[in-house]
Amino acid sequence: MKLKAKTQRLYLVIGAMTALGGAGALAFSTLGDKATYFYAPSDLAGKAPPTAAIRLGGMVEKGSLVRAGQTVRFIVTDNAKTWPVTYTGILPDLFREGQGVIAEGKIDPGTGVFTAETILAKHDEKYMPPEVAGAMHKVKSVT
Amino acid sequence: MHRFANPARFLRIARWATPITLGLGLILTSVGLWIGLFDSPPDYQQGESVRIMYVHVPAAWLGSAGYFGLAVASATALIWRHPLATIAARAIAPAGAAFTAICLVSGSLWGKPTWGTYWVWDARLTSQLVLLFLYLGYLALSASEGESGENRKGAAILALVGAINLPIIKYSVEWWNTLHQGSSINVLAGKSTIAPAILTPLLVSVAGFTLLFAAIVLMRMRALIAEQRVEARSRRLAEVLA
Repeated sequence: MKLKAKTQRLYLVIGAMTALGGAGALAFSTLGDKATYFYAPSDLAGKAPPTAAIRLGGMVEKGSLVRAGQTVRFIVTDNAKTWPVTYTGILPDLFREGQGVIAEGKIDPGTGVFTAETILAKHDEKYMPPEVAGAMHKVKSVT
Repeated sequence: MHRFANPARFLRIARWATPITLGLGLILTSVGLWIGLFDSPPDYQQGESVRIMYVHVPAAWLGSAGYFGLAVASATALIWRHPLATIAARAIAPAGAAFTAICLVSGSLWGKPTWGTYWVWDARLTSQLVLLFLYLGYLALSASEGESGENRKGAAILALVGAINLPIIKYSVEWWNTLHQGSSINVLAGKSTIAPAILTPLLVSVAGFTLLFAAIVLMRMRALIAEQRVEARSRRLAEVLA
């Protein structure tokens, strides 16, 4: 049976899009964590610490923040593993304990401490008024 | 399908659909933005800068939804060769590109006070920038093909190939670690992590901008059809006079 021209074109487009989708899926699964913006402490644990500059991301562990002049020390956690970080400089407004953070820098080969050159604050997907947040956490508004 | 692909029938529907979508869109956008900017609470972490979201989220949604429309119209043009499908695609592209640009700029302005940077090359931001480039590529290719009197087949194929970027944008925040936060609204599950006082103006504003987008596309489609008719008429006239 000879297909109508437009039916042929329909199958061609469907076939081409399926092949393209498959190729894309293969490409991106190979890309894997090379396209990741930062590593969590769990990604680094148990491996030889990378010597190149990397980004380390996670939560600032509550109660871990220590300030000494312009320098801060804190612990980044992903609720499984943790990593100590030190940074000297100006912190973004949203930087605080219990919030997401991404540190750019290097792991000190001697001490294993992550020395950050840049600190970015990460925002989560929750949005609420200060009163609601205050009632939920039974703390005063942090803004 | 064929019933709506008839330009005369389309023009009859578009004649009354344009003022309705435009009017409703203007009202809902004004209400959504008014509540969002002046009559809604700040966020417990970001403070007042959360208000950028009332423009950023509708722009992001329309950038992606517009591209989906562009891809569907291009597929229809390639397979069934409806002239109206090509016109729809050409009408959507600049509007979608504009909203994608608004999304990128507003997000960047929000990023500086919130994250501490205007731009990073994470998966979400990068894939959204690629979306803008796909729109610009479509516009350039379509314009050059239009001059040679072609069916704009190349531009349609580009639009279809680029559609692979849509799921990448959507799931970039799940597949990879990104600076951009994950999705707040799960449409399929009907769940959101946004408090009602912030979510309500956001949804009104999304609905308003979507209707405005529809009105822009309808107006552009009518203009493109009129343009084609003028061209066809002047060509006939030139033949008669020659």
